[in-house]
Amino acid sequence: MAEQKTVKFIITRQDSPDSAPYEETFNVPYRKNMNVISGLMAIRENPVNANGEKTTPVYWDMNCLEEVCGACSMVINGTARQSCAALVDELEQPIRLEPMSTFPVVRDLIIDRERMFDALKQVKAWIPIDGTHDLGPGPRMPEKKRQWAYELSKCMTCGVCLEACPNVNDKSDFIGPAAISQARLFNAHPTGEMNASERLEGLMEDGGVTGCGNAQNCVQVCPKGIPLTTSIAAMNRATNIQSFKNFFGSDNAH
Amino acid sequence: MAEHREYFYRRLHSLLGVIPIGIFLIQHLVVNHFAVYGPESFNKAASFMHDLPFRIVLETVIIFLPILFHAILGVYIVFVTRNNIKRYGFFRNWMFYLQRVTGIITLIFISWHVWETRVQIGLGNADLDYSLMESILTNPFMFWFYVVGVISTVFHFANGLWSFMVSWGFAQSPRSQKIVTYATLIVFLAVSYIGIRSLITFAYGV
Ligand code: HEM
Ligand code: SF4
Ligand code: FES
Repeated sequence: MAEQKTVKFIITRQDSPDSAPYEETFNVPYRKNMNVISGLMAIRENPVNANGEKTTPVYWDMNCLEEVCGACSMVINGTARQSCAALVDELEQPIRLEPMSTFPVVRDLIIDRERMFDALKQVKAWIPIDGTHDLGPGPRMPEKKRQWAYELSKCMTCGVCLEACPNVNDKSDFIGPAAISQARLFNAHPTGEMNASERLEGLMEDGGVTGCGNAQNCVQVCPKGIPLTTSIAAMNRATNIQSFKNFFGSDNAH
Repeated sequence: MAEHREYFYRRLHSLLGVIPIGIFLIQHLVVNHFAVYGPESFNKAASFMHDLPFRIVLETVIIFLPILFHAILGVYIVFVTRNNIKRYGFFRNWMFYLQRVTGIITLIFISWHVWETRVQIGLGNADLDYSLMESILTNPFMFWFYVVGVISTVFHFANGLWSFMVSWGFAQSPRSQKIVTYATLIVFLAVSYIGIRSLITFAYGV
């Protein structure tokens, strides 16, 4: 039988949040149509590194396996993307896997995206309709608006746009593109619109929309093709108008 | 406003870059361009600016304070950025990077330039006229220092104008942002020409 083909992975590992990162190389048996996650699964089955030493299995995060949950994001050959959607046949070898550097590492390739959820809280990226009685059907949405709002709703909080953004880092508290776009999404919703000013106030807090310096990497890298830079510019305009309303004292409740 | 301090400072920074600093830059380079029509022409224009009523107030409010504020916050903004053009070599990321690089070059250039001209004139060590600039710029090193300084400042202004259009929400769609890119490229070329043309006259008399 011909010699078994292998795929070489060089993985940046880290045993705990505070320990130093190190690299470990693995040779994984090649299978047709394999993706990065199936490579990681093979390492988990047989955690032996390229020197033949037994080691701990590599940890990573995943859920949907179809590029909709965002959990499996990591830096693959220098580019942040979803490992479930990264096909080995389309990657240059050796395949280098690193955790996304913008987020604190929990272990190996698992990172903590809590700052993204804090950002969604800052901009109140939800529609508050909880109540004790039936409010009836909400207002309808124009079809044209629904179409672009639907695009914004595809965000899976994967963190790739934050990883690519030069202004999201440990020296700045910028909330990043994803949450700004979500504020626009919920402000576009006919019911969400009723709390539009609260979201804009969130965008005007520290680390808000002015943290953006228009490097525009986010829109290039978003796996969902979300028009992030359009959202940011739209929220720039909306917050400016809101701040004029606040200052000059016209109707600012809405 | 009080609770939105960072927001307010960043918007002010962006505004000041264009009004008044950007307007002043264009005015300054256009006045310098009188040099091309001869030393007397330049001296007349420069002394008109110099003899404007309330000159000290105008200088302080329109030039010194805005640049000081913009420069201090600008250096802070440069400091909290983690540039990543190696990994993400997109056009706009390069412009973002160059905006920061030219900001620092411009800071060095303006500091030296103000020291050498306005401060020396203020101390009575020099007179504001054609020959002051001529004596500075006939030195080849200083000539090239000024060329780099002017191009850097104009780039920073023109690209900043693009960024301003986005930061204030004027240009939102990708198409409008692209058109503004071309428009600010024209601004960059035109204003650079005006600036460099007068440097050449000061240095080489042509
Ligand atoms: C003196 C040193 C200076 C430094 C360190 C500096 C720094 C900066 C930085 C870092 C930005 C980017 C801000 C952002 O992306 O949010 C910026 C923006 C800008 N700067 Fe400067 N700058 C300086 C001088 C100038 C001068 C002399 C001008 C005008 C000729 C100018 C005009 C602008 C403009 C128009 C913007 C765009 C504002 C926006 O993003 O909306 N700057 N500056
Ligand atoms: S906007 Fe795109 S890149 Fe950013 S978190 Fe959402 S899906 Fe990921
Ligand atoms: S596992 Fe859900 S996006 Fe990859």
